[in-house]
Amino acid sequence: MANSSNGNYAIKADKLSVYYGEFRAVREVDLGIEPRRITAIIGPSGCGKSTVLRALKSLCELIPSVHTEGKVVFGGRNIYELDVDPVEVRRRIGMVFQKPNPFPKSIYENVAWGARINGFKGDMDELVESTLKSAALWDEVHDKLDQSGTSLSGGQQQRLCIARAIAVKPDIILMDEPCSALDPIATLRIEELMHDLAKDYTIIIVTHNMQQAARVSDFTAFFSLSEDGKRAGTLMEYGETKHMFTRPEKKITEDYITGRFG
Amino acid sequence: MNKTYLRLTVRKPSLNAPIVASQSDPNAKVPVQQMPDLRRRPRLRELTINGFLFLCGFLSIFITFGIVYELGKESFLFFRNRQWSSTNKPLAADINPEQTVFEVEASGTPLQTDMNYRIEGEIIHIDAIDGTSLTVQRGFDDSQPAAHRAGLTLEAELRPNLLEFITGTEWAPHNGKFGILPLLTATLIVSGVAIVVAVPLGLATAVYLSEYASPRAHNTLKPILEILAGVPTVVYGFFALTFMTPLLRSIFGADTVNIYNMASAGIVIGILILPFVSTVSEDALSAVPRSLREASYALGATRLETALRVVVPAAFSGIAAAIILAASRAIGETMVVAIASGAGPNFTFNPFEAAETMTGHIVRISGGDMSYNSVDYNSIFAVGLMLFVMTLILNVISQRIVRRFREIYE
Repeated sequence: MANSSNGNYAIKADKLSVYYGEFRAVREVDLGIEPRRITAIIGPSGCGKSTVLRALKSLCELIPSVHTEGKVVFGGRNIYELDVDPVEVRRRIGMVFQKPNPFPKSIYENVAWGARINGFKGDMDELVESTLKSAALWDEVHDKLDQSGTSLSGGQQQRLCIARAIAVKPDIILMDEPCSALDPIATLRIEELMHDLAKDYTIIIVTHNMQQAARVSDFTAFFSLSEDGKRAGTLMEYGETKHMFTRPEKKITEDYITGRFG
Repeated sequence: MNKTYLRLTVRKPSLNAPIVASQSDPNAKVPVQQMPDLRRRPRLRELTINGFLFLCGFLSIFITFGIVYELGKESFLFFRNRQWSSTNKPLAADINPEQTVFEVEASGTPLQTDMNYRIEGEIIHIDAIDGTSLTVQRGFDDSQPAAHRAGLTLEAELRPNLLEFITGTEWAPHNGKFGILPLLTATLIVSGVAIVVAVPLGLATAVYLSEYASPRAHNTLKPILEILAGVPTVVYGFFALTFMTPLLRSIFGADTVNIYNMASAGIVIGILILPFVSTVSEDALSAVPRSLREASYALGATRLETALRVVVPAAFSGIAAAIILAASRAIGETMVVAIASGAGPNFTFNPFEAAETMTGHIVRISGGDMSYNSVDYNSIFAVGLMLFVMTLILNVISQRIVRRFREIYE
């Protein structure tokens, strides 16, 4: 696939297929993610975008009927090798979900929790403060850290979830349609935050919003259902966002981006 | 053609009403739209069912109030009226209305000076006792002095009061001892043991079923637990007496453990209420949204960390409610304690001793041949009211906790 990589990927899917029982939802995806860049995954509903995202983080296997084939190379190892600890993989790859899902604990505890279970031995107050500052939430919550995380507004909750994810110092942050439940202003704040975070983190974002993909991402991967009628999610085209949105190589990509289907 | 169409689709105001559209425009191809009939229709069935459902709800509330009223009234009368208890001490000879010194037999319970006694309808006040000879005031408390035949027994006057009821450590109503503490402590010890058994086991079961069990294990275990809830309590009672008690005696020694003891009954009640704790807690755990678990796993939490530090706290209100409901079930449980924990009030904190709980006492008194309007009989209403107040308090606490800690998940 077309991209300007020097082959030094933050994480790389290698012929990755994901099955729900017998059904192959995602077929042989090869996708190398550039470090410290924002990669957007776009595509019509049901084409396996979220499944790929979860497969990158060993989250799929929590559902009993799901299994994967192929490799996901992260930190020099295939994370699906038997002696790789999925718990450690999950810790190093953070995730922000579609709907804000803060724990029903205090704001402080939401941020501190992940660090605490991972054996953090530093100054917790400082970690919470610096993390909330990186998530652009500190100014709004610094005087009510003991309030429940669920008492915040939707946009604040989502930034709290981002703070929670970066508090454990992951290498990569996955975002599964993080703005789909938010209004345009809250969305804008999250997008600005993503730009800031991209200085330190590799970000992969699944989005339904083409403008968002064009606005925030450096690279774009377009997924669609395979054309052979088996309805498996396939990576159709992958490249720099500015190329994808101006001169897509494939007809199907162009049709999707211009809104002719999907 | 046109007319048929209209008859099928709209309600004509009356048979003779002109169909305006077709008259004014006979060539119209599209039938002109008629106004829909929006008149309110009577729905008899809805009304009937509505009324029936209201009656059902009303009936259950009415019955509850009826029970509370009856219990409250009898308890009130118990504390307000003087109670009489037979001394089994008969008159040695006939007496006439004026006689103030007379003989009684030596049998029966001893009499006391400065106390009131009743012979038939007449109340007497004993001023002095000399062996079997009594010096009394006749016609006390406005009762009518009368002649009494030899052999009639004296009844002692008992005056239960609320303070003694709550603080007294001896319960023997026929002897004027109205302290409910022995019954209360026995109840608390038995339910305490039950809770200690049921909460860890029930919670662990709930966590296993909701967080760990495969669908197959879940579908096997859940019905078995429900069978546990369906076993008749009398069976549990004999299980306690014939299995748990010998087991305890073989572990702790027959010298320490009474044949009838509170520990055995408590453990078995714990098993009995385990399904309540586990099924209600499991419902609470399952109601915690998947997204919270995923968030926890996504942070690198293990299954145990996720279960104990995210899911259980998030379901806290439901679990607390389950525990409190199970506790009030344990307090009210009767059959097991009636069979296994012994008869007779005993003020003790040793769970290996026999002691009668409030429910056990009520069932023994009301099931025996105690006559209506005797002190013992009247006293069980007060005990029952105490029981009711305890479970009511627990229910109120449970509701408070649910309201205070509930998280609303979409």
